[in-house]
Amino acid sequence: MASHAHAHQPPAHQPVGGRLLTLPFLVCSVLVVIAAFILAQRYGHGLGAVTNLSDGYPWGIWVAIDVVIGSAFGCAGYVMALLCYILNKGEYHPMVRPAVMASLFGYGLAGAAVLIDLGRYWHFYHLMMPWYAQPNSVMLEVGLCVATYTLVLVVEFAPAFLERFGVEGLRRKLNRVLWVFIALGVLLPTMHQSSLGTMMVIVGHKLSPLWQTQLLPVFFLLTAVLMGFAIVVWESVMASLNFRRPMETPVLRKLARLMLVVALVFVALRIVDLLVRGQLGQAFGGPQAGWFWVETVLMVGGLVLLIPKANRGRSRALFLSSSMLLAAGILYRLNVYLIGFTPSVGPWHYFPSVKEIMVTVGVFALEIALYLVFVKKLPVLHAIEDHATTSHAVQAKHG
Amino acid sequence: MATPKKTVSRRGFLRNAVKGTAAATAAACTTVVAAPPEANALQRPPKPLPPDAVGLLYDSTLCIGCKACVTACKDVNHMPPDVGPQQQAWNGGPGNPTWDTPVELSAKTLNVIKAYVHGTGATKDSAENGFAFIKRQCLHCADPSCVSVCPVSAMTKDPQSGIVSHNPDACIGCRYCVLSCPFGVPKYDYNDAFGEIKKCQLCKQRLAQNELPGCADVCPTGATLFGRSDELLKEAKRRTALKPGEYAHYPRGDIAGKVGGARSGHEKLVEATYQTHIYGEKELGGTQCLAVSAVPFDKLNLPTKVPETGYPTLSEGIQHTLYAGMIGPAVVFGGLAYLAHRNTKDHPAENQSEQ
Repeated sequence: MASHAHAHQPPAHQPVGGRLLTLPFLVCSVLVVIAAFILAQRYGHGLGAVTNLSDGYPWGIWVAIDVVIGSAFGCAGYVMALLCYILNKGEYHPMVRPAVMASLFGYGLAGAAVLIDLGRYWHFYHLMMPWYAQPNSVMLEVGLCVATYTLVLVVEFAPAFLERFGVEGLRRKLNRVLWVFIALGVLLPTMHQSSLGTMMVIVGHKLSPLWQTQLLPVFFLLTAVLMGFAIVVWESVMASLNFRRPMETPVLRKLARLMLVVALVFVALRIVDLLVRGQLGQAFGGPQAGWFWVETVLMVGGLVLLIPKANRGRSRALFLSSSMLLAAGILYRLNVYLIGFTPSVGPWHYFPSVKEIMVTVGVFALEIALYLVFVKKLPVLHAIEDHATTSHAVQAKHG
Repeated sequence: MATPKKTVSRRGFLRNAVKGTAAATAAACTTVVAAPPEANALQRPPKPLPPDAVGLLYDSTLCIGCKACVTACKDVNHMPPDVGPQQQAWNGGPGNPTWDTPVELSAKTLNVIKAYVHGTGATKDSAENGFAFIKRQCLHCADPSCVSVCPVSAMTKDPQSGIVSHNPDACIGCRYCVLSCPFGVPKYDYNDAFGEIKKCQLCKQRLAQNELPGCADVCPTGATLFGRSDELLKEAKRRTALKPGEYAHYPRGDIAGKVGGARSGHEKLVEATYQTHIYGEKELGGTQCLAVSAVPFDKLNLPTKVPETGYPTLSEGIQHTLYAGMIGPAVVFGGLAYLAHRNTKDHPAENQSEQ
């Protein structure tokens, strides 16, 4: 993700090396251990022992954040592969491998989070058994797509392993068929990221009219693409801001423009959709209208920052803008899955318990810890001349 | 879709982007959202009731709140007592309840009688200063959301009787059925490490032996009546047309007198004014279980602002359009694979060994 790309150099990836037992790594490990203890309780005594889930709110933050938002964080690999291999923009090439790795963790852990949340997890393999399949289920499509995509990401990332361990013959063979997996790696997220939106269509009146629309799949696909771009820009700028490394300005400029376009499409569609459905009035005084405005202001603020062309080369503007757009995407998805949702035969209340939150924190901490190990031990990041700087940057970036 | 055309000049880019996106989105939105439901390509046709649909008719004006149905339901379905946190203080303490005191459907309670109370609560079946009962259990929808969402066919609707039942041996516990049910019926046991989804299955095990569902079997007044859904709807229409002061016959058990044997009904002076609204006749494409009442159903905490077609018509409409025969995804995959194959050749990094 922190792609220290020098587009004009011949591409080559290198492990950044350095110590594994750094402070950020240890902090993440502690958080993972805490989550593991909570999960032992969850598996021993049921979901109710650690969560505030109820029959009014059967899905809490483990679904809304770990899976729905976590998988959007994992869309970096999707958008970079789309740009690099489908639209043939070679200049993004150095950014693909770190992005694919970030996606691998994003999706791998979203999958793990599903196993944490499933009430009858020992049956999870029924999702893959054709005789259990129920083809009308949007969730079946999402589940199969996400599972397949995680495998595709493993294959897409495999060259890094094979390089590291010098399995040259296999690497060459894999490279000959890699295009199949690249194509799948673009098709599958397009399918399941949009379907994550379709999943909430069926809750009908329980989702506020500010969000309930047949266009949910379009909005979810747009936020997936937007968040994919935003996370690449965010991490890249973060590294250069903190460590005075040269910014990859030309590539970031282009990504910023793409973010602007996607955000514009999102906002325009959102307003037109509300107008056409005659629900714009809900934004003024309707329930949860405040959350609609926070989401919209973040989105509009993020895109307005990108309108002056000069801003697209300024690290601070890019950082602020990508942060706002990321936050807007996160909040949009949270609004659809939790905040805008009102159970039908109530009253019900939900706010995540501390233990629930700590498990979510643990999932993301595991993601960061794995990231640290992988970039240090595997050729993931694009090589730069000054080896020590990279190592330092990556360690401290997560501090 | 989210990528701009490279050919657009930088100067005119923003203006064009705004115009283009606005026009495209307006067109897309108008076709998808503004089209009337019957013309909406993204809505699949609603499902009719199965040929031998059976269900229950609950008449709130006949219900005396004895909760014999709640007890019978527990007995015949072997369900444990259900004591809410508010009841524990006077009810034997946690884990040692004396009485079964459910206040809402739960993983331990498939059927419950709830009360509406207003003001002084003096008059039965009156919205003002009165009270009324409502029975909650699965309505067995014509087009059930829970069946549509279940990824592993654990929730199924019988093609003949229309009974919606659940198979815990298939269930993965995702609780999408709980989330999607417009009536808040399926429940999950969060306090069990191996919790199951629970819901009323219309005592299908008893129907198989020509016995009535537990609730209809024990109801002393005929407030819960079993029968074929079409006959129940006819009966509901007869009742909602009754006027206070008339004498009317109220059957008991099975409306056709077959399941569980013939039972005597009773003659009764109609005291309350029925609402004309028959709950379940049209809600979300219709349900096999119906309810009539003198108090409006929104006061009885049932969802009333719902469409007349089931929500699966919308979600399945989207899916069946996008994924019809998997042709769309296959075509997209073909295009992507072609481009990826062509373009990876241009990227030397994929073909040369590094390090």
